[in-house]
Amino acid sequence: MNDGGNLLQAKGLTKRFGGVVAVDNVDFAVRYGELRCLIGPNGAGKSTFFKMLSGQLKPTSGDVLLKGNSIVGLPTARIASLGVGIKTQVPSVFDGMTVRESVYLAAGRTLTSLLARKRTTETLEQMRISHLAKRLVGELAHGQRQIVELAMVVAPQPDLILLDEPAAGMTGDEVSHLANVIIDLARSGAVIVVEHDMKFIRRIAKVVTVFSQGKVLSEGPAADVLADQRVRDVYLGREAS
Amino acid sequence: MMRSALGYAIVTLSAIYALFYVPQHADLTTMINGSVYASYGVLALSLALIWGFAGILSFGQAAFFGIGGYAYAIAALNFDNTTLAAAVAIAAAAFSAALLGYFMFWGRISDVYLGVITLTVSLILSRFFNQTAGDQWTIGNAPLGGFNGIPSTPIITLPGDPSNPLPPEQIYVLAIATLVICYLLCRLLLATRFGAIVVAIRENETRAELLGYDSRYYKLGVFTVAGAMAGAAGVLFANCVFVSPNMFNLQTNGQLIIWIIIGGVGTLVGPVVGCFLTLMLSNYLGTVNHSGILAWLDPNLVMGVLLTMFVLIMRKGLLPLVISGFDRMASAIGRRPAKSMTANTAVDLSQ
Repeated sequence: MNDGGNLLQAKGLTKRFGGVVAVDNVDFAVRYGELRCLIGPNGAGKSTFFKMLSGQLKPTSGDVLLKGNSIVGLPTARIASLGVGIKTQVPSVFDGMTVRESVYLAAGRTLTSLLARKRTTETLEQMRISHLAKRLVGELAHGQRQIVELAMVVAPQPDLILLDEPAAGMTGDEVSHLANVIIDLARSGAVIVVEHDMKFIRRIAKVVTVFSQGKVLSEGPAADVLADQRVRDVYLGREAS
Repeated sequence: MMRSALGYAIVTLSAIYALFYVPQHADLTTMINGSVYASYGVLALSLALIWGFAGILSFGQAAFFGIGGYAYAIAALNFDNTTLAAAVAIAAAAFSAALLGYFMFWGRISDVYLGVITLTVSLILSRFFNQTAGDQWTIGNAPLGGFNGIPSTPIITLPGDPSNPLPPEQIYVLAIATLVICYLLCRLLLATRFGAIVVAIRENETRAELLGYDSRYYKLGVFTVAGAMAGAAGVLFANCVFVSPNMFNLQTNGQLIIWIIIGGVGTLVGPVVGCFLTLMLSNYLGTVNHSGILAWLDPNLVMGVLLTMFVLIMRKGLLPLVISGFDRMASAIGRRPAKSMTANTAVDLSQ
């Protein structure tokens, strides 16, 4: 492990869209086994930051290191094959395929067909969607599609999992199951979650990074950060004092 | 599944009928027509593969059809070995597809732009070969012949028997056999993991990339295979008609799209059926000795009306329509659950 156990590190990451600085010189690091939540009001730059980590956006300047190696400018498929699992904000799934086929395809990138089949069954059980295995993904409810996408992200057993608003559109039961799954996932690798839902954050987060106006406003243990007056002000829409 | 079994049975029976019954009983004209239809059928199959399963709408698939035809004619006139010429032709078509595909897919060109670029390439080739009249346009022993094409193309022979060109009856068998082999190759390709990933890319390219599959390689792979297939179709066409710039023209490309829309995008058999039915219909309407209303009908007009009907009313095409009809019938009888899956899924590759 390079960089003192950092699985992912962002150094001076900046993204400009014309005159707007969406992400401004952000330093960020996540270690193995860590579960990190990114929060912040709308327009704070967390999604842009997330997309730079996952390779969907190229930073204006700065670097992203995965296991010590720069991944800036690599195609998304390459970043994914280096062991990064990415779940987008809007469920990105294969509507015309069954749940099992989708997960099998995800597992099959790294495994032989026999192992991939076994891994598919495991993942479906872990996500509690075995009963949906033969259903077409396009027929499922929004929350179920979210879980199917998560199953596809998890199936190849990536080192780092990036989740953009995973709890959106889920029912209460689904959310609490999701929370357990995410906590579980962080044990084997590292998970970064971008989320709005504060209840959900409180359930899963140990360390929270708060974005505001393209910068890291605060970072630390969840309880401290969420009690921070500046963070509360930002969330209530007032200027940080 | 009963439906797949039935589908395979129908395909197998049709192949047996076309390969064994027709050569024994049909007349020469039918077999010559059959050879032309089968060569177009292979072309239709090549576009059905990339459009229906990889989501690549090439509006200029006939480019590789023409390249295959011309490469065969030029190589056969120069090498005195038609087997080698056929291999060269298929390789030339595959290489051209790979080259064009590389620039399109690495340039991240998709959708309508891809259609425009492929059509443009095909029309440029058509224009180019149209003006190749005259002695200066001769490659070795092969005069390109401008608008007239290359009528002197040597007919294919059996490997190792260069002095006996195949008679039309055997060209027919070769054409149908090639169609069947290409169909089986497509099936086989789609049953592999490569095929499943190609379908996944059609379903959602972003997700496929997020899973670590570089869509460019898969698209290039399937586009090259389809190019090779279109090249094989061109070789057949060169043997039952002759090569000319019309192989690349707008009408060929347009017809090709119509066959697939009528037969059903997302299926393999559908476009071949669409191709045969459409060609048979326009052949029938095109013959002069009709009386009454048939004498007044222009084949192009009928094709236009048909296409409009399919686009407006039966958007999925003939084969998916027949399949869903069968599903409804079967579920009414109660032999299978009523839940039917769409014809476009990767699950059900049986059509």
